[in-house]
Amino acid sequence: MEASGIGGSGPGDLGRRLEAPSARTSEKVIGGLLAACAVISVITTTAIVISLIGPTIGFFGDVSLGEFFSTDWTPTFEPPSFGVLDIVAGTVSVTLWGCLFAIPIGLAAAIYLSEYASRRVRRVVKPILEVLAGIPTVALGFFAATFLIPIIQDVWPGEFLGGADSPFMALAAGLGIGLLIVPIIASISEDAMSAVPQGLREGAYAMGATRARVATRVVFPAALSGIVASIVLAISRAVGETMIVVLAAGSTPNFSLNPVESVQALTSFIATTATGDIAQGSVTYDSIFAAGTVLFLMTLAMNMISIRLVRRYRQVYE
Amino acid sequence: MESATPSSERARLAVAGARANVEAALGRQPRGDVIRTNVFAGLLLAAILVALAGLVALLAQALVEGAPALSPSLLTEPPSTIDTANAGFRPALIGSVMMIAFVFVLIVPLGVGAAVYLEEYADGTRWWNRLIEVNIQNLAAVPSIIYGILGLGFIVRGPLGIGFILLAGSITLALLVLPIVIIASREAIRAVPPSIREGSMALGATRWQTTRRQVLPAAIPGIATGVILAISRALGEAAPLLLVGATVFVTFNPEPFSGNYSALPVQIFQYATRPQEDFQTLAAAGIILMLAVLLAMNSFAIWLRNRYEQKW
Repeated sequence: MEASGIGGSGPGDLGRRLEAPSARTSEKVIGGLLAACAVISVITTTAIVISLIGPTIGFFGDVSLGEFFSTDWTPTFEPPSFGVLDIVAGTVSVTLWGCLFAIPIGLAAAIYLSEYASRRVRRVVKPILEVLAGIPTVALGFFAATFLIPIIQDVWPGEFLGGADSPFMALAAGLGIGLLIVPIIASISEDAMSAVPQGLREGAYAMGATRARVATRVVFPAALSGIVASIVLAISRAVGETMIVVLAAGSTPNFSLNPVESVQALTSFIATTATGDIAQGSVTYDSIFAAGTVLFLMTLAMNMISIRLVRRYRQVYE
Repeated sequence: MESATPSSERARLAVAGARANVEAALGRQPRGDVIRTNVFAGLLLAAILVALAGLVALLAQALVEGAPALSPSLLTEPPSTIDTANAGFRPALIGSVMMIAFVFVLIVPLGVGAAVYLEEYADGTRWWNRLIEVNIQNLAAVPSIIYGILGLGFIVRGPLGIGFILLAGSITLALLVLPIVIIASREAIRAVPPSIREGSMALGATRWQTTRRQVLPAAIPGIATGVILAISRALGEAAPLLLVGATVFVTFNPEPFSGNYSALPVQIFQYATRPQEDFQTLAAAGIILMLAVLLAMNSFAIWLRNRYEQKW
């Protein structure tokens, strides 16, 4: 602030100080610095793509696309085989069980918080759900492996469905992931339902609708794009989850959706292989990046869908 | 309304009549509807209780399993595979604290700077600014293990090439949580009413002076909440660190710019993957330690938000 008392200066001075502020160079420098901070995010994305692409191209120099999209994933065997569908199936299995658990619960929580809960209940329940969202995944993975697996083994009806004697299982990892994504579904869906104008509800009540009917037939459809966005985002989170899957689902590449078998997901393959002794430049090393590319593309597609849907409901009601 | 004039008396009668009508109509609500509504509400509540039961079970199990290992040696001793009774988390704790310090130093200026740019400077109709915006939203949902690949391919090796050191882990974590800070800071800045800015500009302040003296001070509680949430996310994140070197069984105190390092969640993971009972107990004790720190941080963030949340 170099302006020191306009009153004491002559008229010429005053005119000079009324210049457009943006003409100052320091302002421009600061604007540039701030823009640079924002550009870091673009650089991050570019760096992610660069670090994935190089080794992935190297990988496909050695492995044909036909082999990659088949079902035998044994990168550390001799000779190795790179059929990625094995570990994609692991990811799908774990995500499926997680969503079967989390979608009904998350949506029920959202409807309750938005349409039924009193102000006081909401003030208590919402922070607790936030705490659930903040539990580190390594703790959820430990919980799934040491608490859920023994319980599932006890209650599993083995006579109909086959034994559940594996020390790792996709279902336990799925439930752990379910706990992780319930808050995501609940909070974004609740946000979308709260954004539904009050007039729609009042109109329905005036026609004699019950509260349950207003929630399910009026508010739910009106908030649908936000609800779908929350589910897509939750699936994306489940697909990308690592620690729970490593700890509870094991690391057996397995082209199967059987909930009580050990599976390896894309993420757990990356984590377990990268921590081993793998020579840089070998096909196995490059396969980490190839799996990463598949994972990145899957989550990128889902994130874009979800961002678009959120924008839609924001546009309609705000 | 004290005096009972004929017109107000008429109004009272009309209201009473309307009310009686409405009550009669609602009284005719089918019994089935009443039951269905209540059953539905019960189901919703039950679903929430399932989620809360999961949280309670997780906390209780960690406490029960980890209780035998809870002692000061947990903080002061390095990990050990021989003397498991006295093994602890010291190098991992120091590693986590150092890493978090670097993360803090990186994310506060970068995150707040980016948020200020997007809210105060950027023209939202330009394609590049929209690109940055969508890009940040997408980065917030990129799987953490992909950040590990970024760290491995770009920071540890490749263009930066600084090797498997603690700083590499810090930069990786900082990039991972940066979108959280940016998104929270933007919301805090957006909540400051335009009249504050207009008042400041009308008095002759430049855009930056307005931002620094008016907007940012008003947005500090929201920004601080976002930073705390970001830090607590970084503190609990293990997956990306597995790829940038925090995997070894470190028994000495880590250095920031050289040598091996570990972090609390990675050490917990190490213990958890060993099947022996002693290691499982240590893992559970580590989880108690981590959850205690996180719970304290999150409660502080929520308190901060409620205490200083300004309604304009």
